[in-house]
Amino acid sequence: MSSIDIAEAETTAGSRRSIAKGAAPEQARSMAAAAVRRALTRAILPLLVPFGLLAVWFLFSRWGVFDPQLMPAPAEVADELAYLIDDGTLLTHILVTVERLIWGFAWGALAATALGAATGYSRLARTLLDPTIQALKAVPSLAWVPLFILWFGIFETSKITLIAIGAFFPIYLNLMTGIQDVDRKLVEVGRIMGLNQFQLVWRVLIPATLPAYLTGLRGGLALAWMFVVAAELMGASEGLGFLMIDGQMTGRPAIIIGALILFAIAGKLSDAALGRFNARLLRWQDSFGVQEHSKS
Amino acid sequence: MLDIDTVSKSFPDDAGADRPALEPVNLTVGEHKIVSLLGTSGCGKSTLLRIVAGLEAPTTGRVSIDGAHVDGPSREIAMVFQEPRLMPWLTVAENVRFGILDLPKAEQKDRIADVLDKVGLADFQDAFPKQLSGGMAQRVGIARALARQPKILLLDEPFSALDSFTRQKLQDHLLSLWEADRFTMVFVTHDIEEAVVLSDRIVVLRGQPGRVEKVLDLDWPRPRARTAARVQELKAEIVGLLDLR
Repeated sequence: MSSIDIAEAETTAGSRRSIAKGAAPEQARSMAAAAVRRALTRAILPLLVPFGLLAVWFLFSRWGVFDPQLMPAPAEVADELAYLIDDGTLLTHILVTVERLIWGFAWGALAATALGAATGYSRLARTLLDPTIQALKAVPSLAWVPLFILWFGIFETSKITLIAIGAFFPIYLNLMTGIQDVDRKLVEVGRIMGLNQFQLVWRVLIPATLPAYLTGLRGGLALAWMFVVAAELMGASEGLGFLMIDGQMTGRPAIIIGALILFAIAGKLSDAALGRFNARLLRWQDSFGVQEHSKS
Repeated sequence: MLDIDTVSKSFPDDAGADRPALEPVNLTVGEHKIVSLLGTSGCGKSTLLRIVAGLEAPTTGRVSIDGAHVDGPSREIAMVFQEPRLMPWLTVAENVRFGILDLPKAEQKDRIADVLDKVGLADFQDAFPKQLSGGMAQRVGIARALARQPKILLLDEPFSALDSFTRQKLQDHLLSLWEADRFTMVFVTHDIEEAVVLSDRIVVLRGQPGRVEKVLDLDWPRPRARTAARVQELKAEIVGLLDLR
């Protein structure tokens, strides 16, 4: 936004105020109506596709296009979920999954932050550690499973370790490259202002790295969801992943589909929450997405 | 008083051999003087300024301010860069505060209000850099430097990225700030007119490695009209010195 834009924004805000004050209440009302319309569009538009799919699913089931043994009707899925809610098991499964996710993500993020900060900031640490970490990254994460089960047993530790590994890499890579990409010129400003090493890190490097780091966290969270399912599929007695295996074993596709929907909702909600948090922290960024946001 | 004593600089080239960038320079700048380092690109003028700023160590010689050796960034010196170099995550006021973090809070507040008022951006103290035009951003950069109340203000091609209208306006503005605050000013430029209009002394640098071609002392009063015959004559002389014709 240029200074002229600001001036314009100010005058429109000013004229809006004067309108609201008196002269033309009708115009003010139509402007408010337009704002409500915009908000509704924003809320409704994203829901169009999911509800459309739901309608197609419903109709196809009714017309007998789907084999109900394999693809039950929406109502049946809802019934199954309602039953699980009633006997209280669904909440337990969800909580168990979320708890695993949080622990795995937290450990992965912690390790990635420590190592990424070290390799980003210090050339010595980078030369020493990064090649090994990159080599480990080349191992498909699921390939660790047999070893983890052997080491940590089939209970929580092996699952959480797997989720942590999944979350680790995007966070680590984004943080390391983020630190290396910090504008040397800004660091120089800090130096000429007489900032010490600690101040340089706190006042220049950390804020400048924040966008990349938050992107990494978001990617790490997505992978944590992926690996929590993988971990639960490979053997668990509770959790949404277990629920799916259970549905498969007992031939109840409604449970599997219900769990899938719950994963979609939970993943979307957690990502949206993190995205919101990021946008708040990064409102200074001069980027296309942010601009559009601030204008709307 | 700023004293530059046989300062030279070499950089290692790709093969690791020393490559001279600046031949020894001797220069003394009195208090409240305006000195410009003028030359084509690659003549080492920015390197010299960076050495004075304490951002780089000279290969030979030394820089001192009132007899005290400069071997790193100093409280007495502030610098304005070619780009505004504002922290994009800080508001205008916070960016200005960035240069005076060591002062007590109350003092910081006073100085921020004071310098933002001086550069005419008091209304924009809560704006983020992305909301500023190029000229405004550069004024914040100047305000950030002035908030330190430096003895010496260094400017590295401060207006070269701006359009010519904004540039002239900011040159005049800088001059009025200088009249008020009585700091010493050393600036690097490749804009001959800028050097002639502003300086008490023009140091013309040339060549690769750079060396001082000529030092011109201008004892005529400011403000100097850009169209004045004297300004035009001196411009022509410098063009000749730099072999630009």
